[in-house]
Amino acid sequence: MTDRAAYVQMEGICKTFGVVKANDQVDFSVRKGEIHALLGENGSGKSTLMNMLSGIYMPDSGSINIGGKPCHFHSPKDAIRHGIGMVHQHFKLVDILTAKENITAGMPGSFFIKNKGMTEAIGNIAKKYGLQVQADRKIYNMSVGEKQTVEILKVLYRGADILILDEPTAVLTPQETDALFNILRNMRRENCAIIIITHKLNEVMEISDRVTVLRKGQSIGTVNTSETNAKALTEMMVGRPMSLEIQRPAVTGGADSEPLLDVRDLTIENQEKIKVIQNVSFQVRRGEILGVAGIAGSGQKELCEGIVGLQKVSGKVIFKGEDLAGCKPGNIISKGISMSFIPEDRLGMGLVGGLDIVDNVLLKSYRKTKGLFVDRKQGVSMAESIVRRFDISTPGVHHQVSKLSGGNIQKVLLGREVSLNPSVIITAYPTRGLDIGASYNIYDVLNEEKKKGVGILYIGEDLDVLLELCDRIMVIHQGELMDILPASETTKEQLGLLMLGHRGEGADHV
Amino acid sequence: MFKIIKRPPLAEGRMFVLRILAVVFAIGASMAIIALLGHDPFKVMLEMIRGSVGSAYRIKETINKMVPLLTLSLGVCVAYKMKFWNIGAEGQFYMGAYGAGLVAFNFSHLPSYLLLPAMFAAGVLTGGLWALIPALLKAKWETSETLVTLMLNYVAIRWVTYLQYGPWRDPKAAGLPRMMHFPETADLPKIGSIHIGWIIALFLVIVIYFLIRYSKLGYEITVMGENPRTAEYAGMNTFRILLVAIMISGGICGIAGVIQATGLEHSISPVLSSGLGFTAIITAWLSKLQPVTLVSVSFLFAMMLQGGNYLQSVMKVPSDVAGVIQGVILFFVLGSEFFTQYKIVRDKRQGEETRKVGA
Repeated sequence: MTDRAAYVQMEGICKTFGVVKANDQVDFSVRKGEIHALLGENGSGKSTLMNMLSGIYMPDSGSINIGGKPCHFHSPKDAIRHGIGMVHQHFKLVDILTAKENITAGMPGSFFIKNKGMTEAIGNIAKKYGLQVQADRKIYNMSVGEKQTVEILKVLYRGADILILDEPTAVLTPQETDALFNILRNMRRENCAIIIITHKLNEVMEISDRVTVLRKGQSIGTVNTSETNAKALTEMMVGRPMSLEIQRPAVTGGADSEPLLDVRDLTIENQEKIKVIQNVSFQVRRGEILGVAGIAGSGQKELCEGIVGLQKVSGKVIFKGEDLAGCKPGNIISKGISMSFIPEDRLGMGLVGGLDIVDNVLLKSYRKTKGLFVDRKQGVSMAESIVRRFDISTPGVHHQVSKLSGGNIQKVLLGREVSLNPSVIITAYPTRGLDIGASYNIYDVLNEEKKKGVGILYIGEDLDVLLELCDRIMVIHQGELMDILPASETTKEQLGLLMLGHRGEGADHV
Repeated sequence: MFKIIKRPPLAEGRMFVLRILAVVFAIGASMAIIALLGHDPFKVMLEMIRGSVGSAYRIKETINKMVPLLTLSLGVCVAYKMKFWNIGAEGQFYMGAYGAGLVAFNFSHLPSYLLLPAMFAAGVLTGGLWALIPALLKAKWETSETLVTLMLNYVAIRWVTYLQYGPWRDPKAAGLPRMMHFPETADLPKIGSIHIGWIIALFLVIVIYFLIRYSKLGYEITVMGENPRTAEYAGMNTFRILLVAIMISGGICGIAGVIQATGLEHSISPVLSSGLGFTAIITAWLSKLQPVTLVSVSFLFAMMLQGGNYLQSVMKVPSDVAGVIQGVILFFVLGSEFFTQYKIVRDKRQGEETRKVGA
């Protein structure tokens, strides 16, 4: 198998965006009948490279060969004509249409839609690769895993035999991930070429035949998965040896100590009067990290916002013996509850991109000084100490926040929250989009706060991280609390089942 | 084919050069338009400058136009800082003048040192309250402030017309539909031959500068403009901030109305503003919402307005030429912003490269 010629060959690919060299002389090749992992940290140029292979961008220089013939793609249509299909991280489906309509939309054909033929064709493809999909179901009724299946069917229906998947497991539960991997193995058997973009090492080791590692826009090398290990890959990816262990310091009296934050029967309705959080009760204790696991959109955001007064709630939020439900956000902040939420665009809430670090650092404390004016002197010294302590790389404290890199932006946010000396920290996705080194910095910061006796509510995406970092993990499913488990005695599969809403079956299955 | 690509951030110096170039191009384009209209562009330009600053009288006229323009621009700046698109300066101006009129006609027995401050206070209040209507509608029902402020302009102008024909009609005007004059005690004092409106305007420049730059309210307004969710998250009372900021915005536009009514017309008419409330939107943008820059930009625009009037009487060139030049300058300067971020390069292949950096 290793001797077979490359089917897709990209050579000397360069791509520049403004001053950013996203790809610099990248070489990459894939064979038929292999699963090839493209590994690299955020910003290493993986998606850019694949966007060029799928015709979304055009390379500044370099060549793409498919089956030995040079190709120039001007649009995704050109790429699909050569059998290249990409499943994006954020699905591109029309919610109100059915799976079938999404799969066949935009395909050439006669004026009238030949329903029967299409259903048959879709059924055949699905059977061939072991995909399970209800063709007449509307997209908005589907789970994330099902939507992904539709996306895959969409590109297969267009005749793709080179499939690119961008971070396909980021939004899946462990069970859904397993199902996806089975599909990919079927496709490999049918002689497809599969490229999976990822930064998760355990997945690379589990599914891929070969790995290409990118770092800072350059290709570091391609290795056979069977001849490497997670440690070596990390070193290729980060550029230096790194321990991948996350600390979980035991804090004396942590788990058994008095609750700092006691949430009772919290219920939150959204604008359409649908309950997005239902009767959720839990406690955050001193010196513990309580993790929250759940499929994206299970009510994580509402939970955070509800506790800090940004959403109307019913139920009780008892903090140091006082019910804070219904209080104004300003009031709750001054009591010592900090909340930071990193949305997908990183800046959505918590920071003001257009302002400098000083003004962002002052956001929650400017009110404390007397008088009509903002005390920027104090802000400068606060900003300087945060920049020092968190090692934020910036030309100065008057630098605009949106011009910082993602990791530094998140450090500014967390740095500000921590510097306010809160008793409770609520943090959602604090390592979203960060590289490995920066993520570990964040875990260290949280652990340090934990040792000081701060109670931390950590809303996470990566189950591995949740299991290692947190003391206890609560799982929510469609706004309901499924269970709260001690992290050291829980498995990923158990969490996965709970996330899907299977209560109490966890123990039997594992 | 050409394609547009993102360029590396420009240094401050190059940015400045780019802006100057934009103005130069704008003047060039304006001159081309003037030539197309059949006039000698160089002569028109020269006459425009002479007409605006060529004599003591003309300078006075220019300053008289600059004062309300500067004040109105300051007013809209406060709202724009919050990304509240107040294009109702015109209406707030008239309502401010109306508030002043209410005081002037009802308390005409007061001495000047009491009457004038009371008129200004009333103008701030009526102008501010007028602006508050769209703010409240937006806060409660998320209406578009752009539409509501715009429409309220016409309501305000019609209200003044009604007063002119109705309750405030001058009985001594022998049948002419003219509004009563203010009592003489309501005349804005003069230094030399220029009314002290310019002192008020410059004072407001300083106030607004400190308000936006250093005050807590200014900070809150800026944060809200950048990201209202973050403002709420930080514990700001966004509703209160919105109302206060808009009261200030409308109030300052109201002051412009009072200045114009007490300093020049000594009465109110539906043409009191001569459309300056709209010009103020342009000047505010061109100054990038910087109060200090506004002083020079307002003066430049006042020169064009005054110069345009002069052209009409001396060269028989329509004064609208000044309006054309204003529009062209705005077009070029705002257009140049595009080139601070993107550049156009030749490309033989078809391409679109304006997307953001992929990870």
